[in-house]
Amino acid sequence: MGKKIFFISRRMLLFVAGALGMLLLVLFFNATGIFTDYIVQIINISLINVILAVSLNLINGFTGQFSIGHMGFAAVGAYTSATVTTLIAKVTPRLPYTEFININGYIVFILALLLGGIVAAGIGFLIGFPSLRLKGDYLAIITLGFGEIIRTIFNNIDYVGGPRGLLGIPKFSNLIMIFVITLLSVIAIRNLVFSTHGRALLSIRENELASELVGVNTVRYKITAFTIGAFFAGIAGGLQAHLLQIAHPTQYGFLYSILVLIMVYAGGMGSITGSIIAAFALTFLSEGLRTALPGLGDLMHVKIGDEWRMVVYSLLLIIIMLFRTEVLMGMREMKLLVPEEEEHHGQHA
Amino acid sequence: MLVVENLQVSYGQIKALKGISFEVPQNKIVTLIGSNGAGKSTTLRSISGLIKSQAGSIKFNGKEIRNLPAHELVKLGMNHVPEGRKIFATLTVYENLEMAAWTVKNKKLFKERVDEVFELFPRLKERRNQLGGTLSGGEQQMLAVGRAIVTGGNFILFDEPSMGLSPLLVDEIFATIIKIRERGATILLVEQNAKQALEISDYAYVLEVGTIPFHGPACDIAANPKVKEAYLGI
Ligand SMILES: Nc1ncnc2c1ncn2[C@@H]1O[C@H](COP(=O)(O)OP(=O)(O)OP(=O)(O)O)[C@@H](O)[C@H]1O
Ligand SMILES: [Mg+2]
Repeated sequence: MGKKIFFISRRMLLFVAGALGMLLLVLFFNATGIFTDYIVQIINISLINVILAVSLNLINGFTGQFSIGHMGFAAVGAYTSATVTTLIAKVTPRLPYTEFININGYIVFILALLLGGIVAAGIGFLIGFPSLRLKGDYLAIITLGFGEIIRTIFNNIDYVGGPRGLLGIPKFSNLIMIFVITLLSVIAIRNLVFSTHGRALLSIRENELASELVGVNTVRYKITAFTIGAFFAGIAGGLQAHLLQIAHPTQYGFLYSILVLIMVYAGGMGSITGSIIAAFALTFLSEGLRTALPGLGDLMHVKIGDEWRMVVYSLLLIIIMLFRTEVLMGMREMKLLVPEEEEHHGQHA
Repeated sequence: MLVVENLQVSYGQIKALKGISFEVPQNKIVTLIGSNGAGKSTTLRSISGLIKSQAGSIKFNGKEIRNLPAHELVKLGMNHVPEGRKIFATLTVYENLEMAAWTVKNKKLFKERVDEVFELFPRLKERRNQLGGTLSGGEQQMLAVGRAIVTGGNFILFDEPSMGLSPLLVDEIFATIIKIRERGATILLVEQNAKQALEISDYAYVLEVGTIPFHGPACDIAANPKVKEAYLGI
């Protein structure tokens, strides 16, 4: 047993302390003007992508299923939570005509966020229940179809703006809010992965037949992983909608789902650490190219349009994959995320 | 302990088992021999719940278990060591054994059984931190058998445990099966290695394209001229 302080392992405390340290650093840099608000915004988006990537990793990396419609669940979370805050409760982060923080507004927001996660999880369960009984690649096709169906549905519901999108969502998501929720999500998924249940998920990825034969209820575990992954995607979607202040059907397209998938693969299937690093690296890369490419064009006296961004981005990804086939982390994990009692087994699977 | 009656299994149009009946009494070793494609693995898979059967009955300790899911059957004490080893390739030897103890919540019991496995197969002990997938074929088979010991069911189905092993290792695996029986387990064994399988068995059934033409005490089956010709190559 590792050393525990108030039931929490020392490593986990160190991890949380380290993360909080980084948050303080960012806040400090922002206050002193070293980090512009634009950079803070990219950090916000990266953190949300961390939730998306880590939760997809639970399904694809740890349990070995192949889901490619993750943004569909984010859409459900986004529209559900934004409907509550914007259309039903009509709350704002600050009290009108004052600078005071609207505590009630934040309570509504948190509850709306949770509701978004729960609805996304419910839909994840409904989709996973029939499809995860099948083996093989059917899940990929079903999740792909689901993502598109969800988009089309929101596109056609006038109450949530239809093709115009749901506008005027209050800005409840800020760096601290996003940071705390991301941290809690990562810790929750990490605790799941390193529990006995996590072991069952891993065994399904390793060999479904063998895990059935040692008594793992593989169907139930696959559905559970899928549902939990959908829950966190819903939370991420809600956070994102309350950051960008808009929920638009095109935000949740297939392309974004693929970007999240790439984060999982580039970071390493079955590595939480890898997903975190990849979410930051790829978000910054993609945003960096937005300014770097036109800048490069100016230098060479040619105009490089934004449409080249994805081309260069994809090329860079291919280069990364070619030169580092093990991808970022392989299946390894940073020490702070591994329980001490797991360590003697050598590599964590 | 296990009574199978008129069991029928089809894969689509193909009828793999055309209504076979047999039984495995408590604490006995019963062997099922037959040529390739006769339906031996199909029989074991339908008993352990990996595939669905279309008709018949499978009674386990008096309870009808046909088409119960595999994980339920493990809880009832059924333990299937499948053909071709099916170990967890990127888990270490020790982690494979831990996984095998999925239904064993008692840590002390788990430790005892792991010690027992390491005593039977010292090679696995040396390699406890090696990844399953990097073990040699024979070592993987030892691990598959070791897993069965850790899971600790009282009814174990072995599907060709000697497949691909050197003669010395085959002897070792058969000796292990006898040991497992001595601890009180009941065993249904499927083997290509008919001669040795019949030597350690109490009773035998011959399976031919989905039917059972002969059965009898293992020594009688071994002496049967037709069996001798077809399966023992004498
Ligand atoms: N999943 C499947 N789909 C279709 N046919 C199958 C399937 N599995 C087995 N069969 C067929 O069923 C028959 C019995 O197969 P089974 O695996 O039970 O044979 P076996 O007696 O174990 O043979 P071996 O000694 O070669 O392992 C074979 O004709 C095989 O081709
Ligand atoms: Mg077979």
